[in-house]
Amino acid sequence: MFLSRLRLPSSEIQSTLTCNGQSAMSGGCGRNPPPFPDNEDQEAELDTQVLDSDDDDDEGEDIFTGARSKPITPTSAPDEGDIFSEEGSYVRSDVHHATNGLHSDEELDLFTEATVELTLTNTTSQGRREIIGPTASACNTTRVPNSILKPSIVTKTMEELEEEESGDQFELNIAVTNPEKIGDGMNAYMSYKVSTQTTLPMFLNKTFSVRRRFSDFLGLYEKISAKHSLLGCIIPPPPQKSVVGMTKVKVGKEDSSSAEFVEKRRAALERYLQRVVAHPSLLQDPDVREFLERDELPRAVNTQALSGPGLLKMINRASDAVNKMTIKMNESDNWFESKLQEVENEEQLLRRLHAAVDSLVNHRKELCSNTVVFSKSVAMLGSVEENSALSRALSQLAEVEDKMEQLHQQQAFSDFFILAELLADYVRLLGAVRCCFEQRMKVWQRLQEAQSTLQKKREAEAKLLWANKPEKLQQAKDDINEWESKVSQYERDFERVTCTVRKEMLRFEKEKARDFKQHIVKYLESLLHTQHRLVKCWEAFLPEAKAIA
Amino acid sequence: SDALSNNEHLSSPRAVNVDLQTDATLQVDISDALSERDKVKFTVHTKSTLPNFKQNEFSVVRQHEEFIWLHDSFVENEEYAGYIIPPSPPRPDFDASREKLQKLGEGEGSMTKEEFTKMKQELEAEYLAIFKKTVAMHEVFLCRVAAHPVLRKDLNFHVFLEYNQDLSVRGKNKKEKLEDFFKNVVKSADGVLVAGVKDVDDFFEHEKTFLLEYHNRVKDSSAKSDRMIRSHKSAADDINRIASTHSPLPLLFSNSQKIEARVAADEDLKLADLLKYYLRESQAAKDLLYRRGRALVDYENANKALDKARAKNKDVLQAETTQQVCCQKFEKISESAKQELIDFKTRRVAAFRKNLVELAELELKHAKGNLQLLQSCLGVLKGDT
Repeated sequence: MFLSRLRLPSSEIQSTLTCNGQSAMSGGCGRNPPPFPDNEDQEAELDTQVLDSDDDDDEGEDIFTGARSKPITPTSAPDEGDIFSEEGSYVRSDVHHATNGLHSDEELDLFTEATVELTLTNTTSQGRREIIGPTASACNTTRVPNSILKPSIVTKTMEELEEEESGDQFELNIAVTNPEKIGDGMNAYMSYKVSTQTTLPMFLNKTFSVRRRFSDFLGLYEKISAKHSLLGCIIPPPPQKSVVGMTKVKVGKEDSSSAEFVEKRRAALERYLQRVVAHPSLLQDPDVREFLERDELPRAVNTQALSGPGLLKMINRASDAVNKMTIKMNESDNWFESKLQEVENEEQLLRRLHAAVDSLVNHRKELCSNTVVFSKSVAMLGSVEENSALSRALSQLAEVEDKMEQLHQQQAFSDFFILAELLADYVRLLGAVRCCFEQRMKVWQRLQEAQSTLQKKREAEAKLLWANKPEKLQQAKDDINEWESKVSQYERDFERVTCTVRKEMLRFEKEKARDFKQHIVKYLESLLHTQHRLVKCWEAFLPEAKAIA
Repeated sequence: SDALSNNEHLSSPRAVNVDLQTDATLQVDISDALSERDKVKFTVHTKSTLPNFKQNEFSVVRQHEEFIWLHDSFVENEEYAGYIIPPSPPRPDFDASREKLQKLGEGEGSMTKEEFTKMKQELEAEYLAIFKKTVAMHEVFLCRVAAHPVLRKDLNFHVFLEYNQDLSVRGKNKKEKLEDFFKNVVKSADGVLVAGVKDVDDFFEHEKTFLLEYHNRVKDSSAKSDRMIRSHKSAADDINRIASTHSPLPLLFSNSQKIEARVAADEDLKLADLLKYYLRESQAAKDLLYRRGRALVDYENANKALDKARAKNKDVLQAETTQQVCCQKFEKISESAKQELIDFKTRRVAAFRKNLVELAELELKHAKGNLQLLQSCLGVLKGDT
């Protein structure tokens, strides 16, 4: 059995306890923390730190962001071989943020770590499966773009400590970094470094990285989708293609908008991978492993179909088809019907919200440029003013407005990366959820068709009996047998899909709740930080204003 | 349907933009205001111990056009050429607000009742803020007049304050507006000419240069502050929209959005209005300098004419009279102009101080309030697992 959960790496815990709230990110705080006292019995797999900035490396950035992942849902996939037999355990991290937003602003920490912990349990082992209940909600680290706030303290509850004693933990961190432009002109492309750090035995190494390009990610999606969507899994959709964005990059336009585009894409690719590996069945897929590990991947072809509009069209076609179906399903479907309706409503809602957040981002950017212009104008006014105290105050005001512009800029960045992208991701994820429901309907439809074919065969047999044509009877009987077994096969399939979809929905909903909460917390923290800076600005200005005489 | 109930009343004294001395002999304020469909009716309330008035305390209702009439009568009065005429209040403009409300009304179908109510409340608050502002501007104008030693005695002013019927002042018709336009063109051309004449008096020469540059800078800052504040308001509207949507982003924007909108409004009141006001004041000061410059040029021309007349010994008396008139006019203006310009400086510094201090204090108050709100939201979210 495979479980995955969320956990703060103990290095962070350690560093926050020893480094006095300094960011675990900013390198150099105890990379190899001693294991927790309770865990002394555990194996060295409790090697949960975040990698140092890598050998081939990045301007001091930490490259690991964890996959924020999944709440604990026992998946009952009996066919997956029980490779591992350890018990699972987990840590709940209650991260308490120091509301001391006065850290140095210059740090540009793009990543905070969180790790995905993949824990494997054996369904038969002492029925511990049930214990892993919904607890993952508390974790709240991950990316804090452009922010200074760091989680500081972690506490554990009694249950967690108990759990920890019981088993090993495995984890998997993924980061996508170092976008590099390869080639020139229209054939150029961006190559991204995909780094993995893991304690999972199924991988060859503990730490490794490969370079991948965007079409590789799309290719991965295609492969996963082909295999797993039929089972009713919710497959995370990949980021969208963007002709405009990429063209600018290819053409070599070195401006802030193409840099922004690359960053947006890099972050989206990272989130995509994190969601994939957080899904228990997907992680087991050899294609995923290959994607992460193998040095050279064969070029993915046919990714046109998966470009943004293409994918959307596919999803919409599927939902149209469903709407046209006049299927009367049995009553257990009330759950499915109402869930689907919920999903559709939520998708609409999120679309609206996303549009509003988008508008907000644009207005803030506009505000930034207007503020800069205003600041300069005030400075000029100050220089003309005869009264010297007023003149000084006016130039101070110009500086304050300048600082405000920076704050607005940061805020816009937060708005975008924390909120807008979250909403966009979920609009697409909800589309994937709908696909999943549609998949189930397709299976049901196949069952229906088989049942009606069986019925026809039986009728044919009856006719033959009546018409007394013994030579064709055998054929008819064979047909009936064939279709009977098909029907029972399809019935089993339908059962299985139904079960999977339900589970997937539950997992998805938990994940969504956690994800949203986390992002809101992050966003509020960024707002908090902005407000602190604002207060400082105006507090410095006030005496100057009062000094006017 | 006009979502605004169109009858907003306002009945308390508001903070006045500029520091003015009020004394018991004449106190003017706008005690009430009513916003109707297309116009605003101001209740002008006067308290006075002056013998000119029939009663000691009385009120009349006036509309914007009547304020303009009063202002224009000052400008056109030669006696007041040597004073800075307080700038007229801007026309009440609720168009933007009305438009937003209308859009909201149109979009009513696409949102829940709750969302609609919330947004409507926000827009109504905005409307109210604009309304308060226009009332303040009209009041400031009257107070400036009442505080001015000479203008307060003006007959038209007393009629304005006391006459409880409609002044039957209509707005200018097209022909008159066209005339005005040409007059302005001529005046600006003349202004350039006059400004080109170097003044013997250092004080005025300096003021001329200073005011020209100052006026241009204030104009620039005013325009840019308007734009900045518009973006800020748009962002606040977006936040409002997000907050009003019943959404999976709870607590996110619920109250902080109101604060953000309010910050934008306060910046508006303090900074932008200040700049706008001084844009108009500096223009009025420039107008004064223009009138003086014009008088100076007239005086110098009269001198030249007199010399010529004396030389030709023709129409000397006439030339002498003209010259004397010009001289008197010029000297009268110069005398008062100097004091007016010094007062202007003092007023300006005081107004900037007051508004900048208030701006900083408001920003701090809101930022701190916002901080508390955010901290408590975060507390709830994090504590709730």
